[in-house]
Parts: sequence; C-alpha cells; structure tokens
Amino acid sequence: MERVSGLLSWTLSRVLWLSGLSEPGAARQPRIMEEKALEVYDLIRTIRDPEKPNTLEELEVVTESCVQVQELHEEDYLVIIRFTPTVPHCSLATLIGLCLRVKLQRCLPFKHKLEIYISEGTHSTEEDINKQINDKERVAAAMENPNLREIVEQCVLEPD
Amino acid sequence: MKDSLVLLGRVPAHPDSRCWFLAWNPAGTLLASCGGDRRIRIWGTEGDTWVCKSVLSEGHQRTVRKVAWSPCGNYLASASFDATTCIWKKNQDDFECVTTLEGHENEVKSVAWAPSGNLLATCSRDKSVWVWEVDEEDEYECVSVLNSHTQDVKHVVWHPSQEVSADRGPGYCLWGR
Repeated sequence: MERVSGLLSWTLSRVLWLSGLSEPGAARQPRIMEEKALEVYDLIRTIRDPEKPNTLEELEVVTESCVQVQELHEEDYLVIIRFTPTVPHCSLATLIGLCLRVKLQRCLPFKHKLEIYISEGTHSTEEDINKQINDKERVAAAMENPNLREIVEQCVLEPD
Repeated sequence: MKDSLVLLGRVPAHPDSRCWFLAWNPAGTLLASCGGDRRIRIWGTEGDTWVCKSVLSEGHQRTVRKVAWSPCGNYLASASFDATTCIWKKNQDDFECVTTLEGHENEVKSVAWAPSGNLLATCSRDKSVWVWEVDEEDEYECVSVLNSHTQDVKHVVWHPSQEVSADRGPGYCLWGR
C-alpha cells in the first residue's frame, strides 16, 4: 500500500514538473546534485594513497569536478567518480577504486549506486580496470583478502 | 488485476552479510541459500512459515557464491571464493560434506550439474572451467580443464539434453564432449 502511494506521489510530482507548474522544484534539481557531489567529494578527498603519504586530493587523483551525482529514483542516487591514478599500475588503480567504494559505502548517508572509472586516456588497460573496479564479486573477494583489507582500512581511516 | 507476485514472507538469511544465491531443489520443497557469512542454509516450510531446516557451516573459509542441486535432489554442490567446491549429501534433514573439489587457483564463481547427474562443471576467476565426473561410489575425478577464456569466467551452464556446456567470461564459449 505504501509503495502504491509512493508511486502516486512520484507520478504527481513528475506531471506537475513537466507541465511547468512546479518551477521551484525543477530549478532545485541541479543544486541538489551539486550539494550531493560535494558531500561525496568531502568523503573521498581525505582517503590516503596506498603508496604515498598523501591524500588523493593532494595527489590530484580526485578533484571536485570528478564527481557526478544523478537522481535515480526518489532518495536514490547514482554517483559517478572518475579518478586519475598517479601511475599506470593496474593493482594500484584497482586498490584506489576499492578504497573509494568502501569509504562511500560506509560513510555516505544517502542511498546510492556507485560507478567508478579511471579517467579516459590514463591507462592502457582502462576497460579491464573499470570492469574489475565495478565487479561486485571482485570487490567482495578482495575485501576477504586480509592483506588487501588491511591496506584499504589504513587508507580510509579518518584523520584524527 | 492480472497474475502478479504476492510477497509471502521475508526471512533474514545471512546475518550481517550478503546472500549471494538461492536455489530450489528439483522437487520444489527446499530452498538453499548461500552467503558472505560462509554458510549455506536450507529452508523449508512448516505450515505457512519458512524455517531454516539446516545450516551447513563447516564447508568453506570464504564467501559461498553459488549452490546447485543435483538433478536427483540428493546432493548439493557449493562454489566458494576459497577456491573450492563442496559436495553435500542429503540425509533426511541433515547434510554431510562428502568431498571437497580442489584445483582452481582462486574464487570459484559458479557450479552446475549436467542433466545426467554424472558430470559437474565449475568455473573461476582463474579463467578456467573444470569438468568433474562422479561415479556410483560418490568418487569425483576431474576429467577436463578448459582454458579458452582470457578473463574471469563468471557463469557456466549445461545444455538440457546433450553433454555440452556453455560458459561466460567476457565472451561466450560452447563446449562439447
């Protein structure tokens, strides 16, 4: 019953928006997405690089503009991150992807689906890496590996 | 309203972890679930409610990714990220692990029984598909290792009537005896 009334109110708001009767709502959208993107960026910028004693922000692996947020359904968002690895090393790129995913999974307060990509042209085996970073089986299996898990935990640890 | 699905019940199956797969036994009376808690649970109905009849917990050291019932319904195969596949034999409500198939180098992602019940196929992140043969004494032997994929093999299925299997990595492969 809840689901039906939820659907009804979503449909109603969409009809109003499309007919131009709820202008303020339509104008709010891009700003909400920007705010959400900043929320995401705030969480990922302090992640430490697995090899260097710097954060991903300091190394410019992630930047504000590398995060994009779109609304999928009501209160459910698609977050897309394109990061630039410091060196074209496969395992490092996948490790950074893992850190991004784990940090957001744990700390992002809103419901989200996450897609992570390395920025185009930064790696020869881009397609393979992107597939691996977004493969839920590979992510789960990697987090079961105690060594990898330890590295990830160190990287996502909140600074005191 | 046309035919639709009605939610009959919701059961927490694998505490604090993901449920990765569900499989009905051939008779449709039992549901096997497996998950990130490394366990397999067998579910059945008691009246109107679904209850956990059995917990298979000593088989695997890592996530159990997939379970598959044998065509006769007396055996359950479980594929795990710990690189092994366990074969469980059903004895009324209990299940006993009769053998553990080893050989894959890393996560086993899928397992499937051939319709005859004599052959089993497993596939893994190590890019290979292994075919096992079982005899009347429940002895398993690897009869083939297929290496045509260039990346993880995620899924394997058998043809319904012939001894042919198909598997999917980034591409599809079709194999025959």
